[in-house]
Amino acid sequence: MAAPRSFLWSRRVFLTLLTTFVLLPVYVMISSSLKPLEDVSGQFEWIPSGLTVRPYFDIWETVPLADYFMNSLIVAGAATVCSVTIAVFAAYAVSRYSFRGKRVFTVTVLSTQMFPGILFLLPLFLIYVNIGNATGIALFGSRGGLILTYLTFSLPFSIWMLIGYFDSVPRDLDEAAKVDGCGPLGALFRVIVPAAIPGIVAVAVYAFMTAWGEVLFASVMTNETTRTLAVGLQGYSTQNDVYWNQVMAASLVVSLPVVAGFLLLQRYLVTGLTAGAVK
Amino acid sequence: MTTTAAPTTGERTARKNHPGAAPRKRRSGRLRRIGLPYLLLFPAILLELLVHLVPMVIGIVVSFKELTQFYIRDWGTAPWAGFDNYALSVDFDAPVGEALLRSFLTTCLFTVLSVGLCWMLGVAAAIFMQESFRGRGFLRTIFLVPYALPVYAAVITWSFMFQRDNGLVNHVLHDQLGLTGSPPFWLIGDNSFVALLVVSVWKGWPFAFLIIMAGLQNIPKDVYEAAALDGAGIWQQVRRITLPALRPVNQVLVLVLFLWTFNDFNTPFVLFGKAAPEAADLISIHIYQSSFQTWNFGTGSAMSVLLLLFLLVVTGAYLWFTSRGRKATDA
Repeated sequence: MAAPRSFLWSRRVFLTLLTTFVLLPVYVMISSSLKPLEDVSGQFEWIPSGLTVRPYFDIWETVPLADYFMNSLIVAGAATVCSVTIAVFAAYAVSRYSFRGKRVFTVTVLSTQMFPGILFLLPLFLIYVNIGNATGIALFGSRGGLILTYLTFSLPFSIWMLIGYFDSVPRDLDEAAKVDGCGPLGALFRVIVPAAIPGIVAVAVYAFMTAWGEVLFASVMTNETTRTLAVGLQGYSTQNDVYWNQVMAASLVVSLPVVAGFLLLQRYLVTGLTAGAVK
Repeated sequence: MTTTAAPTTGERTARKNHPGAAPRKRRSGRLRRIGLPYLLLFPAILLELLVHLVPMVIGIVVSFKELTQFYIRDWGTAPWAGFDNYALSVDFDAPVGEALLRSFLTTCLFTVLSVGLCWMLGVAAAIFMQESFRGRGFLRTIFLVPYALPVYAAVITWSFMFQRDNGLVNHVLHDQLGLTGSPPFWLIGDNSFVALLVVSVWKGWPFAFLIIMAGLQNIPKDVYEAAALDGAGIWQQVRRITLPALRPVNQVLVLVLFLWTFNDFNTPFVLFGKAAPEAADLISIHIYQSSFQTWNFGTGSAMSVLLLLFLLVVTGAYLWFTSRGRKATDA
């Protein structure tokens, strides 16, 4: 099918403009992170006049970035593992069994997605404080409270995606496994989970990104020692000066793990979305 | 959250009652079989209750209380306020209600513009990239970068670009093109709305692109071939085949984009800090300010409940209309 020239030209112009728009902040991030402080404080330069890698060493000194990194890794990692595990079980139940209250469950879980986080912030704060007072388990200000919150945030989407995915795995497969003597959990882990790996990867990436980039709860529910990157990155501005070159360097460093993971797994992501979400 | 309207539970296979097979399982076995789904769901249900449903109930209770910082340790003892918090929120002649209404209208306008632009960019990019060409895979990867970058890293970069004295935006507009008399402020005053919209679209359109690309893969090739044989040009094929075929995907996509954009907190929070300028005062930020900055939790909760009702009504109406539309086209 030969496309007419009008189409080819429109495509070229449109995609060029769009690529520029997309990459502009990326260029600013990279180029500014390599400039000395006086250059980022003055008029913007497209081509850096003085190049330096100093900011990449300074970011660890200005704020305890390594600690924030650790906190973010622990919180996002734990939230992802728990969220995916719980979602696998729940999606298995919905996909393969019929039981009373199934529709109520799926509708309720999904509808919680439509409400803004701000709605849950104060009540959760109250609950965590109360649980802390009653049991001595410090949820507020601890990593545990944040993990619990984040894993529930990604749960509805994960469950929904996985239901779609498990439904596309032929039932004969797990029925056959059961005939061969697998229990219900054996059938899940030996047959369904391996067949649904792309969907599970997509869900895991989503859960990790949700936790890694969340700002609102992180800024209310953490303290000095449990602060995550989302909050810690605001520490590069003092009363009279913002170290923009360090801000950019730190932004780049904290983005790398997520972007790398995302781009490595994007094939899974697209197939996962196609099979799980868009039927 | 993505996906199409209702989760299909798949073709319900008939319960397998092995006819003639002796009941080899004892009672406990049958009990286990009935209880198993609930057992599998238990962790999910527990967490949903703890983090979503119980807080919602508490939020509604608190909205009828006069909750200030003095009662925060033991919120149950806060005095009841009846409908005072609601009366205060919707009294549009008083400062609190007036500010809430303005914030609500700002959010509506912002959401319509942002969702519209995200959707248009997503559809155009997906259609232009439907046919293979050199560098398509590379471009597709590039386009997902804004979606993959952590929100705060991306938005803080934009806030640097929008700086008045050392930002890229003013450097281009003022120094290089000379379009403005004096360098404008982008993060305070009326321009902040434009800045927020640009960042929101930059952040949001790749998701639309991703979903629409997934939707395009489900359109069979031979439909296009048949149309080409009948003499339909490529623009006509887009209008007559691609766009109608995308309708179900679009319906869900627009709803998801709407909810995300309307509830967005992270973008304005990172862009403007704790107090957004009036022109870009989105409802999430506004409620956060009303609760956590002024310690007036009762009023903040009342505003949250009103927002909840609004979202429920809009989503319900939207789903009802789109499902009716779908039935009409299916018939």
